[in-house]
Amino acid sequence: MKSLCLKLCLIFVMGMSGIVQAVANDTTKLAEKNGQRDVDNVVLKLPAGFGAVTVVDSLARNRHLAVNSNGDIYVKLARLKDGKGVLILREKANGKAEVVKSFGNYGGTGIAFKNGYLYTSSDSGVYRYKLNERGEVISPDAPETIVRGLVAGRQHQTKSIALDNAGNIYVNIGAPSNSCQVEDRGKGSKGKDPCPILDSAGGIWQFKADKPNQSYAEGIRYATGTRNIVGLDWNNTVNELYAMQHGRDNFYQNWSELYDSVESAELPAEEFLQIKKGSNFGWPYCYYDQVQKKKVLAPEYGGNKTTQGRCEGMDTPIIGFPGHWAPNALLFYTGNMFPEKYRNGAFIAFHGSWNRAPLKQKGYQVIFVPMKDGKPNGEWEVFADGFMGVQEIAAPRDAQYRPCGLAQGKDGSLYISDSVKGRIWKIIYNGK
Amino acid sequence: MKKGIIIFSLLFVVIYLLAQTKPKTASQGGTDKASVDRGKKIYDIYCLACHQADGSGVPRLNPPLIKTKWVLGDKKELITVILKGMDEPIEVDGEDYNNVMASHAFLKDQEVADVLTYVRKSFGNKASGVISSEVKTVRATMK
Repeated sequence: MKSLCLKLCLIFVMGMSGIVQAVANDTTKLAEKNGQRDVDNVVLKLPAGFGAVTVVDSLARNRHLAVNSNGDIYVKLARLKDGKGVLILREKANGKAEVVKSFGNYGGTGIAFKNGYLYTSSDSGVYRYKLNERGEVISPDAPETIVRGLVAGRQHQTKSIALDNAGNIYVNIGAPSNSCQVEDRGKGSKGKDPCPILDSAGGIWQFKADKPNQSYAEGIRYATGTRNIVGLDWNNTVNELYAMQHGRDNFYQNWSELYDSVESAELPAEEFLQIKKGSNFGWPYCYYDQVQKKKVLAPEYGGNKTTQGRCEGMDTPIIGFPGHWAPNALLFYTGNMFPEKYRNGAFIAFHGSWNRAPLKQKGYQVIFVPMKDGKPNGEWEVFADGFMGVQEIAAPRDAQYRPCGLAQGKDGSLYISDSVKGRIWKIIYNGK
Repeated sequence: MKKGIIIFSLLFVVIYLLAQTKPKTASQGGTDKASVDRGKKIYDIYCLACHQADGSGVPRLNPPLIKTKWVLGDKKELITVILKGMDEPIEVDGEDYNNVMASHAFLKDQEVADVLTYVRKSFGNKASGVISSEVKTVRATMK
């Protein structure tokens, strides 16, 4: 009797553990199906109703990406992989994508589709490729050079692109400098006045989208006073250009008598800019202090953390994000898959900080800004988090993934590219 | 006998003094430990933001200081980097780094020696320290 009871108990316990195991397996399977759990156990945290599918696990040093009308994913690589700088990926029935073609013998960042053409950028120019009626690139080895000969220094050299609906293309030209000092990043080194960099960089230039071989002489300096921009997008609801500016570094290292290491980690703001023709955002003379909510005179030009001087009346951002988060992509969402509040709002992919040390590094996430009529309409919120793979990191090398590019899928899904291992996620909404 | 004791005592004192001053002459600013401690303070102010607390640097921008030939190799080259800065892309362990490093010639010879001693004995590095006279020599050749 006793042994029977023992046997029954044992069977019961085994049965229970089996059920528990089965539930665990189902959960894991479900998560795996949504791509939320991968071999390295990195789980993206998303709002309720959203799921992430890992469409490709590791590719290369991904920068921006764009989805073609036929659903193919085009990825621009920072450096060549097997001699190619643009990869075309096609999704299979199981949600995973594979590279079906590669071309382009240059690294770069920008990639966009417009009016039957694919536009891509290197660090010094812009190319375009005509598409056939099926949306395929006709001559991958013979692009038209649209823009050439742009300044590409040793820092902020990447070029991002955005196109309007009037036949123009916008290209950011980052300043090859932190704050236009006599000695770049030098302790106590004064700023050059006027800053000669602004003649050919530190701004956004407008070119014709269909005219070959343009350079500075054919372009227009559309906006100036931007140190470095990577996230750039055209907002079709208000027909205006928007961008994310990377604020300057090294307040503490160069001006320790004015700023402590905490202030240096938090300041200045990463700026969300609404750009009009002729806008001047003040770099290198000014920076935006998101705590004081004003443009402040930079220490290189005699500033003392609070005085405005020549920065009074300078154009200001529509949002000042925390310092050094490195916004690398901006995308206005126009799809129908996500709930109504996301429509025409802005997704921003932050690559994550390095200039915050000794404080913990931050910003390795994709955030969302609700927008109405081209202006923020409510507080911004974290949309996708967990890219670091761990709770907190001291150094950027500890982050497993860093979001770098954003693209909208044909079905209204959102693609996120990573620059560390080259992963691409597809974010879908399946809530009610 | 008394004379013998005095001589012996004197000898002992001389040996003791020599033992005390030897490390001082070796690093011209106290022991390596003291140099490392001073060097860490300098590192935290001027180097940490770019090269990070653990010396791992920033991918593509600022090179790591962990067991690389730049750090463990020729001291003269390493001292030159501090004094002159670095304005050319470098490759470390197959990865390229592009950020500009400004000159840190404003640091005194002893400070340069301290921060390099700290770097060469931290982050898993186990190299000899740098002394101020080595910095002085390099600085002189640059003028």
